[in-house]
Amino acid sequence: MVFCRKAPRLGATLWIETPMTQAKPVLRTEAVTRVYRTGSVEVHALRGVTMGLDEGEMVVLLGASGSGKSTLLNILGALDLPSTGRVFFRDRELTRASDRELTQFRREHVGFVFQFYNLMPALTARENVALVTEISENPMRPEEALERVGLGHRLDHFPAELSGGEQQRVAIARAIAKRPELLLCDEPTGALDSQTGITVLEALQQVNRDLGTATAIITHNAGIRKIAHRVIYLADGQIAREEINETPIPPSEVTW
Amino acid sequence: MVAALDRKLLRDLLRLWAQVLAIAMVLACGVMVLVLANGTRASLDLSRQSYYEDQRFADIFATLTRAPETLLPEIAAIPGVARIAPRIESAAIVDLPKMAEPVSAQVISLPASGAPVLNAPLLRAGRMPSPLKAGEVALYAPFAETHGLMPGDRFDAVIEGQRRTLTVTGHLLSPEHIYTIGPGAMMPDDSRFGVIWMGQEALAAAADMDGAFNAISLSLTRGAREEAVIDALDHLLAPYGGAGASGRDGQISHAFLQSELEQLGAMALVIPPIFLAVSAFLVNMVLGRLIALERQQIGLLKAVGYTTRSIGWHYLKLSLGIGAIGIVIGWVAGIELGRAMTRLYTDFFRLPVLIYAPSAWPFVLSAALAMLTVVAGAWRAVGASVRLPPAVAMSPPAPPSFRRGMTDRIGAALGLRQTTMMILRGVTRWPGRAAITLFGVAASISVLIASYFTFDAMALMVDEIFFRANRQHVTLILSQSQTEAVLEDAAHLPGVLMAEGTYSLPVRLIAGPKEELTSLTAHKPDATLSRLIDSDSQPVTMPAHGVVLPEGLAAKLGLSPGDMLRVEALAPPRETWDLPLSATIRQTVGQEAYMSAPALYALMRRAPQVNRIHLRVDAAQYPALFEAAKSTPQIAGITVWTAIRTQFEATINENLTISTVIYAALGMLITLGVIYNAARIQLSERAHELASLRVLGFRRSEVGYVLIGELIGLTFLAIPLGWLAGYGFAALVTQAFTTDIVSLPLVVSRATYTKASLIVLATAIGAALLVRRRLDHIDIVQALKARD
Repeated sequence: MVFCRKAPRLGATLWIETPMTQAKPVLRTEAVTRVYRTGSVEVHALRGVTMGLDEGEMVVLLGASGSGKSTLLNILGALDLPSTGRVFFRDRELTRASDRELTQFRREHVGFVFQFYNLMPALTARENVALVTEISENPMRPEEALERVGLGHRLDHFPAELSGGEQQRVAIARAIAKRPELLLCDEPTGALDSQTGITVLEALQQVNRDLGTATAIITHNAGIRKIAHRVIYLADGQIAREEINETPIPPSEVTW
Repeated sequence: MVAALDRKLLRDLLRLWAQVLAIAMVLACGVMVLVLANGTRASLDLSRQSYYEDQRFADIFATLTRAPETLLPEIAAIPGVARIAPRIESAAIVDLPKMAEPVSAQVISLPASGAPVLNAPLLRAGRMPSPLKAGEVALYAPFAETHGLMPGDRFDAVIEGQRRTLTVTGHLLSPEHIYTIGPGAMMPDDSRFGVIWMGQEALAAAADMDGAFNAISLSLTRGAREEAVIDALDHLLAPYGGAGASGRDGQISHAFLQSELEQLGAMALVIPPIFLAVSAFLVNMVLGRLIALERQQIGLLKAVGYTTRSIGWHYLKLSLGIGAIGIVIGWVAGIELGRAMTRLYTDFFRLPVLIYAPSAWPFVLSAALAMLTVVAGAWRAVGASVRLPPAVAMSPPAPPSFRRGMTDRIGAALGLRQTTMMILRGVTRWPGRAAITLFGVAASISVLIASYFTFDAMALMVDEIFFRANRQHVTLILSQSQTEAVLEDAAHLPGVLMAEGTYSLPVRLIAGPKEELTSLTAHKPDATLSRLIDSDSQPVTMPAHGVVLPEGLAAKLGLSPGDMLRVEALAPPRETWDLPLSATIRQTVGQEAYMSAPALYALMRRAPQVNRIHLRVDAAQYPALFEAAKSTPQIAGITVWTAIRTQFEATINENLTISTVIYAALGMLITLGVIYNAARIQLSERAHELASLRVLGFRRSEVGYVLIGELIGLTFLAIPLGWLAGYGFAALVTQAFTTDIVSLPLVVSRATYTKASLIVLATAIGAALLVRRRLDHIDIVQALKARD
């Protein structure tokens, strides 16, 4: 991995080796806080969040708007850095990595799905996926990724020619095509109607099951929590409680 | 209510300052050139006009061999002639102790009555020479100042073969000598050529011209026809060796000043439109983007009751603000450069007063054009958007739709990366915008080529004139034509290695209604020193029959090889011959006709003559040669080619460097304005996409490629276009710079193409990188949240 090749040159100080815990978390945070300063006002978006995401696990982060869930997802995906606290990807501390190394981390290990899809309007479905596979080490073929989300027949359509649900499934195909270890989804069904939302969630669940990708979905829609292995409730920038879901249900049974 | 919108306007201008300035600078270039060229031209023209009026500059000029003064009443009686001023002209060799080489001078007689009726010199220092004192002379002021010859000083000169000591009484300027150029010289040189005014009686005695004259100038009555008067004058002077009269356009000083004025006029006509067009496009681009960004605000303003007109006026005012900034910068730069250029002119054009005093109209005109430009640029961008109904305006615009087309096939065939595909689709989706970038960058390159090629042209001129065509070191100008025996004498002068004689005859060339006064030179087929060369810089083998003309002169007469032309000899045998034009040559300086020497002498039915002798000289013997020349009565002038070359190159370096720096700056400004604005718009439009790429794990350099790849790619595409346009532009410049004496060759070297391309490419990359730096400060999270 390119990511690892960098590490020796930068020396051992960069990645702090930590003792192994019993479970094998892909990603974990330690007392993460995030304070935004706008002028003289301080906004405490996160107030000490400690959590982990295990291999093959699907977690739903549930919270009202302003609860800090987007901030947490951004920090998990190395789009943002915490004010205090530490974030680890496996045994590597992301909070000590350089901007370039964080880019490399996203490039190799993380897939993102956003509420507004964030597709490149100038590229077709296939090309949007190829955009990512071209810079990955061991990706699946773009066609394969699109088939997994049920879009094998819409390969050469531009985003403007696809429905919202289709666009979101292209975004998922793009996120999984690099075979990431982490899939982070920010309100993936937020802009969709319930029927379309279900097809998107089915795609996510299938990827999680088939590829074993650790998946975190943030949502304010409580119904979605039932498809996850675990639910983390966020309120006021803190984890209010956690819930283990022994028997996740298929998305088609979710009441919206 | 209006005040609030105006506050927004000011803040918009401040917020967009870099883009506003980039456009304003391009606009300022157009304004500046208008103010500079028209202002300088008006100052020069006005100074000339009042000088001509005050000193009674003549309308017609003629020289002849010798005519009795009894002819004067007949000349004065020619219909249309107002006043006549006959005089005696002669040539002198001035012997100045500080100058090793002999200095040439023109000697002009002053009437016994005092100031001449026409072409009155203007006293700058001392007093006019007394008509009664034979040894008193006045000198051309710049010549006297260069040599430190003050009133009361004495110097030696050889006039008409007689050496005499002269006393300086005063310094003069003359409307005939605003631009002064010595025989055989290419540009003014006050150290090697001067003018001496002396009393008519004294000069008549020296030149054996008692009761006679050999030059005359006339002024015309209002409404008189110049050609008719010239014809009548030529008819009267023909028996007396009249060499053909000409109007002001044939007077060297006037012709040079006139061509300078025309060049300034051409500059004001050709250059500003380029800059104005580019700024109009830029205003359109930037305002279009601003309005797209403020679409929702526009909807809101309409929803709360602002009229379409008031919102449209608001955005139009923004463009007028850009215009105002451009106008102020352009005016200030135009005035400053106008002053500098006027100072430069005072070195070349000896006018009694030359002050940069532009009139108001170039300022008014340039401001009006600039405002029109920005309004034209804003019109479409503003018009379409402000008319949207509020509800439509407040909703986000429809996403751009892309279509499958040729780009896809090309992309697939070449296996291009998706980031490259994004760039390609951006170009095909907004071809108009790409065209503006292409046009702007090509214009930049063409301006640079048109500026730098002058160095190529000058280098070619130097090579041709000094190394290929004129391989002699020194040319002696004889006061009268002699037989070829004189070459024997010349060969015996100190240091002379080789001597070659030529003979020139004053002629009028006639082709249909077109006429030109020039000289016809007898060219020996075996001449090795003074050679004729073709447009490939290769020596021409002289055709046995017919006339050979420089390309410029042939074009002026509308002749091509094979055509017949009429040659009227204005010296004995004074005959008219119909001859074919057998070939054209390239002659960058001087526009003379040539003929094979045996053929010309056969036509003239004369033995070979010599009135110029070209010499190759042992460099160590120059001082001895100059000494001998100073005391040889038959030598009326001497041209030292190395001295001419040194001066030519020095003048070129000085003047060309200044103008080239200015043009290079102008050229770079276009690219800077175009690329910077295009990149800023790309960044603004694609911030969301670019941030998404960063999220997906693309490095800054890779995202930077998507941002500036299109612009740099278009810059590369614009290079060949710029080359083509630059060549065309250079052709225009050669036309503008071509005078009766100098014709600039149209040559653009590979180095010039390369240099222009590299400068523009570097400017484009620099401008793009300025914007690329902003990419580093994009907050990924914020950019993802912000939906356009």
